[in-house]
Parts: sequence; structure tokens; C-alpha cells
Amino acid sequence: MLLKNTYNEFVKILSKPRSYLGVGALTLLIGIIIFAMKVDGKSIISFLTSSFEQTLTFNGHVLNGNLIAFIILQMLIVHVPLLVALVTGDLISGEAAMGTIRMLATKPISRTQIVLSKFIAGALYTLFLTFWLGILALGVSRMIFGTGDLIVLNSDGLVILQDADILWRYGAGFAVAYLSLLTVSSLSICLSAFAENSIGPIVATMAIIILFTIIGTLDVTVFDSVKPFLFTTHMAAWRSFFEDPVSFDNIRESIVILLAHNVVFVALSVFAFNRKDITS
Amino acid sequence: MNNEVIVSVEGLSKKFGTFEAVKDVSFTVNRGDVFGFLGPNGAGKSTTIRCLLSLIAPDQGKVSLFGKSFQTNRREILANVGSIIEKPDFYRYLSAEKNLEIFARISGAEVSKKEIQEMLDFVGLGDRGKHKVKGFSHGMKQRLGIAQTLLHKPDLIILDEPTTGLDPQGIVEVRNLILRLKNEQNKTIILSSHQLAEIELISNRMVIINQGRTLVEGRVDELLNAQELVVRFEVDRLAEATSLLSSAHATSEISIISEKEFDVTMEQHQIPIVNKLFVENGINVTAIEPKRKLEDYFLKTIQS
Repeated sequence: MLLKNTYNEFVKILSKPRSYLGVGALTLLIGIIIFAMKVDGKSIISFLTSSFEQTLTFNGHVLNGNLIAFIILQMLIVHVPLLVALVTGDLISGEAAMGTIRMLATKPISRTQIVLSKFIAGALYTLFLTFWLGILALGVSRMIFGTGDLIVLNSDGLVILQDADILWRYGAGFAVAYLSLLTVSSLSICLSAFAENSIGPIVATMAIIILFTIIGTLDVTVFDSVKPFLFTTHMAAWRSFFEDPVSFDNIRESIVILLAHNVVFVALSVFAFNRKDITS
Repeated sequence: MNNEVIVSVEGLSKKFGTFEAVKDVSFTVNRGDVFGFLGPNGAGKSTTIRCLLSLIAPDQGKVSLFGKSFQTNRREILANVGSIIEKPDFYRYLSAEKNLEIFARISGAEVSKKEIQEMLDFVGLGDRGKHKVKGFSHGMKQRLGIAQTLLHKPDLIILDEPTTGLDPQGIVEVRNLILRLKNEQNKTIILSSHQLAEIELISNRMVIINQGRTLVEGRVDELLNAQELVVRFEVDRLAEATSLLSSAHATSEISIISEKEFDVTMEQHQIPIVNKLFVENGINVTAIEPKRKLEDYFLKTIQS
């Protein structure tokens, strides 16, 4: 019954126009970035590298597909959660608002299975969105701009990664980025289990992400003990794969924290939905 | 009709905050019953029906369907129940056919595409199967709701206001459908409706609840026959007619309604006798209307 309802959930997601909004927005944004880099990429790169030019000389193909993909990921990883929440935040509360939750809950499927099937469908949608992001950011960029060594500027300075050493980093980076987006998906479905309207959980998800991000960036000692446990602190963990050497301990910690958040959000949703009186 | 109890509700109570929606409601529904579930708005009907379907957890009391409780047999019970609660809501962005497919997939029964089409034909939506539900009228959604209810061939059907929004022809069709389900397939049907005439026509048993409490429960014919019939007469000479009636039937209770109309309580077999009496005395009778028995009974019960 879980599989059957997961299939149902996927049919519903695929039939909703808003599901394509995220895909469309992502395509448009990446298209704009690629177009901008094609037109004016060289001057942007020379501006960024100008501060190093007194000590370093950059030879070769700096403006390549690997760099464009990194820039795209940096820019969009903040916005993709909204596109995820737009669909997943509606999964339970949207049914309550439409009244179809009544029909669902009177069928011979447990409420736990109803919630789990929505989580699975949400996870699949998020996976698709991450894949799409990967195909456009990395695949299309490499097709247009070609490949080459990747120059990454981080807090410790400049990191240059060999072309042959990059693809696995992107693979692992996208996997961790997916886990971050999955946490956003789980959070919005969890909020959706408590709400009776579509918009509330979507807005609340974004509000929580913004609030946690602000707490995470504020240099105030009172928040220091909380910061390591906020999921937003670990949403940029994918970047760690583009350090040399890679800090696997930090990545492992981020994965554990993000997974723990997912487990808590799923458990909370199942608990709340099982106890909920369906009066809509 | 047999006495196998299909639905048993004992001492059901439910509070929302401090508001007691249902207080100690009890009733039973037997196999093959068309069970009328009556009460004014806010009486607790919907809350009770939602408890019957495990949408709401009761605070107190016991609900069992087919002799089983929801705590241990929820899936088994719901696989054998079809329902429309308040109004049928569907996925507006999907077609009627797709909506039925979605609900059929989790109904616990194997329902083929052919059966879905047959069901759409059955409720008169055969040519609208591919159309999105967002373009459907309320009446069409009601029909689709009935199709969804019957799709997995349940033994117990719970219909909450199934004729709301239907045109007169639609109401007759739903009535006939309910009678067919009862007579041909021996389905058990719980029918909540404000259409008292419909309930009177098709229900064999009923319960009336008000302010969350059970007022009466029993066989419709027995409950209605326990009260006298009220008949409205329209005559050309009202004073003479009422005087004649008073002298002929000293115990009759007469209420003047207008210059030409009056109500009188009597037994059904007395109607032609009274009519003949008026005609023999030169009083022209322009209308005789037995007032709806259930409506009268319902109002009396609620008011008492």
C-alpha cells in the first residue's frame, strides 16, 4: 500500500503546474548565468583574480565548465530550497485545504503510510531537482565552456584542483547538497502536517531557513552552542569537497546532523498526523 | 433484513476544546438497513460520522464496524466502507478518471480501468472521464463522489448529504440508486440528509440527534405511526367546515392556517370520510394535503 500511495503521490506532483515552476525557474536562472558568463565571463574572472596577479600568473583555460558549475552551485543553493518547499510544503496541507485528506484518510491505508509516501515522493522530486541542477550546471557548462582545472577561492586562500580530480568531487558534492535539500523537503512536509493551508508551510520553511542562517552567521557567543546543530550550518557542506585536502570529518559530521534532522522531521510528522483530528 | 449488527456506537463523546460536539451518542445499524441519520445543523452528525470513519478520535465511547474496532482492524474495516463526508472533494487538476484511479489504487480492491469506466457510466459521467474535475459542477462532483464510494464494492456505504446540489432529476436518481443498492445488493447504507422526505421514502431505520445527544432511534414506520397524521384542508367555507368537523370529531385538534386553510390531526383512513362529509354539506374542498410525517415528527422531536 505504501508503494501504491507513493505512486499516487508522484502522479499528483507531476500533475501540478507548480511542480514545473521549480524546474522552469532553475533552467531559466542557470541559462541566465551561463549566458552572462559566455558574454562577459572573462572580465568577471580577471576582476576576481586581479588581487592575486601581483604574486601569481594564471595560465590556461580558467573560465571553464567546472568553474561555471561551481559558481552556479554557489549562487543557487540558497534559492533551490524555496523551489523544493514550493512543492513539498503543499503535500499534506494542500490536501487538507482541498478536502481530499478526508477521502485519503478513509481509505484502508494507515496514516503513517500516507505520511511516509508523501516523504518518499517529496524525496524523489527533490532528487529530480538536484539531478536537473547537476545536468544544467555541470553538464551544460562543460559542454559550452569545456573542461579544465578548477580554481576555488575559499576562506583559507586559493585552491587549484586538477581537472582529473574534479568529477568525483562534484558527484559527492551533489549528494551532500541533495541531503541538504532533502532536509528542507522534510521540514516543509513536517510543517505541512500541522497546517490546513498551502502557503503557510512554504512561508514558514523559508522563514526558518532565513532565521537559522542569520543565527549561523551572527558572531554572537550566545549562539555558539546552537550553531553546530542548526541544519542550515551544514547546508554548505558540499563545498568541503572542493577543499584540498578534503575535510571528511567535517563532512561526516554534517551528514549525521542533516540525517538526524530528517529523522526528527519524519517522526514528528508521523506522530502529529496520526493524532490529528481531520475536521477539514 | 436481518439483525446482524454492522455498526455499533456506544456512549460516543467528543469535545473540541470546551465545546462538546457529541455527548453520549449510541445507535446500531443492522445489515441491509438504509439508516437515516438526522439532526439539525450543528447537532453533531458530521462529528459522529467522522468518528465512524476514524477521521476523529472519540474522547469516550466505543465504535465498532462489522463487529471490529478501529484500534485493531482499521484497514480491514475501511476496505469494506465507502463514504462521502459533507462534500466530495477531488484533485481539481486531475481528470475524473485519474481521480478514481488514485482512490481505487488505495481502496484495498483490484479495480480495472474498465470497471472505472463502467462506474463513470453508471453515475452519468461516462463522457466526462477525461475532463478535469476543476470544470465540474457541484452536482457532477456529487456523482463522482458516489462513483468513488462504490468503486471498491463496499458492504457499508456512508453518505453525508448525497443529494446536496443535485437537480430534482439527480435527487430521484440518487434515491433510486440507494434503493437498488439496498434491494439488489443488500448493502447497508447510512444516510445523513436534510431532505426529510427522501429519508422517509427510503430509510427503514433512523436516529435523530440534537445538541450532540441521541433523541430517538428506531424503525421509521413505527416511530411515525406512533404519532397522528396532520392533514391540511383547503375549503371555500372555512367556518362551516371546522364547525362541522368539530361536531363530527369532537377530539380532533384543528389549527386555522389562513382564510381557507386549516390543519387537523386524524388517522389516514378518516381522510375520505371527512372529504365526503364536506361535499355532502355543500362545502367545496379544493385541496387535501397530508403534511410530511417525518418533517413534523422531526420538528416535534427536536423542539421537545
